[in-house]
Amino acid sequence: MSARISWTAGVPAGASASTSTPLGDCNTCAGETPAVQDIRALLATIPDPEIPAISIVDLGIVRAVRDDCVIITPTYSGCPATHFIEQSIRNALDEAGFRHVRIETTLSPPWTSDWISDEGHEKLRAYGIAPPPRGAVSASLRNDTHAQCPRCGSMNTAEISRFGSTPCKALWRCNACAEPFDRFKCH
Amino acid sequence: MTKAEVSAYATRLGDDALILGQRLSEWCGHAPTIEVDLSLANLALDLIGQATHFLGVAGDSDQLAFHRDALDFSNCLLVEQPNGDFAQTIARQFLFSTFQELHLQALTSSKDERLAAIAAKAVKEVAYHRQLASDWVVRLGDGTEESKTRIEAALDWMWRFVDELFEMDELEMKLAKERVGVDKSTLRVEWDRRVDAVLAEGTLARPAPRRPVLGGRRGHHTEHLGHLLSQMQFLQRAYPGAVW
Repeated sequence: MSARISWTAGVPAGASASTSTPLGDCNTCAGETPAVQDIRALLATIPDPEIPAISIVDLGIVRAVRDDCVIITPTYSGCPATHFIEQSIRNALDEAGFRHVRIETTLSPPWTSDWISDEGHEKLRAYGIAPPPRGAVSASLRNDTHAQCPRCGSMNTAEISRFGSTPCKALWRCNACAEPFDRFKCH
Repeated sequence: MTKAEVSAYATRLGDDALILGQRLSEWCGHAPTIEVDLSLANLALDLIGQATHFLGVAGDSDQLAFHRDALDFSNCLLVEQPNGDFAQTIARQFLFSTFQELHLQALTSSKDERLAAIAAKAVKEVAYHRQLASDWVVRLGDGTEESKTRIEAALDWMWRFVDELFEMDELEMKLAKERVGVDKSTLRVEWDRRVDAVLAEGTLARPAPRRPVLGGRRGHHTEHLGHLLSQMQFLQRAYPGAVW
């Protein structure tokens, strides 16, 4: 495991984004240096390895960006993509001339599916994955709210299994068009 | 508190998660249905991730996982019990996840910010584990005669390892007093309430009290742990330091 885990809220002094705000909502932060803006733009081009339709920024795992450091957080404790994502960021930063920019990992506050951006929701739907209901923290884990079929739009759907092909997805089926689909889990 | 005390405590938390994660991963490719296979593999993944974080507080997590012998492991005895049939796996998971969720929830207010951060992340995952196991306890209990017989036998067997979950020794009492750890004995009432509710829904009787089997925290394990470790540690023992 990475030796660079930071245990506190994770934003060092001078960081430009609040840890409680998804980066996606912070694209217009005033007072950012051009370098920070460039790094942000770069990160927005890096796909999530398991759901390449959305970027790591859409997914809400980039917690803060400053001119010498990028802070990320894993979705799940055992997310197998964590190291791959870190390497992807490293490669992108290096190629763009940001060799001096460090990558740090923080666990706190814990990632929630509420941090997936609105744009991320749309990209998930277009990719065939029903986005998670908002309000993960207070929502019932039973995911009682019905998922809308991302293919035909029907609400006549049913859960097949709460655990799917990756930790963040559940398996559903649409009773209207008879297609199975993934639903991003509330977390 | 000393660094060694926090390390010992983090190792217990990590060992519980690691050993159960390894046990569950034994189901991969063997579970009764593809959905169950994926579910158990997902639980294993979460638990091994949690173990990596907790053992990382105590030291080098890979070193601790792959280069200690059975006597040095401090997991509770429940998690090392063999998978048995599907009912035994579910009974073990149900009893442990119900406990682990309460334990981690309490640990989120630890004064050690590393333990608090790991717990806050892990508790959300374990809530899903508890739900899965509870659903299956109900389904097996309220299912066929065969499934009911099996889950009853499984709960009866696993029940002897329950008291150890809540056992407090000098180390944990000290850490709980310093608000670094959790006084696990205070979790028992809520655990009983939650477990009883699920058993009732599954038309299952609470198993008769049994003489508790203790000792895991002191390295006194059942023979099953050594067999588990021989498989889990083989590669790193044969080829020390091997990496992907």
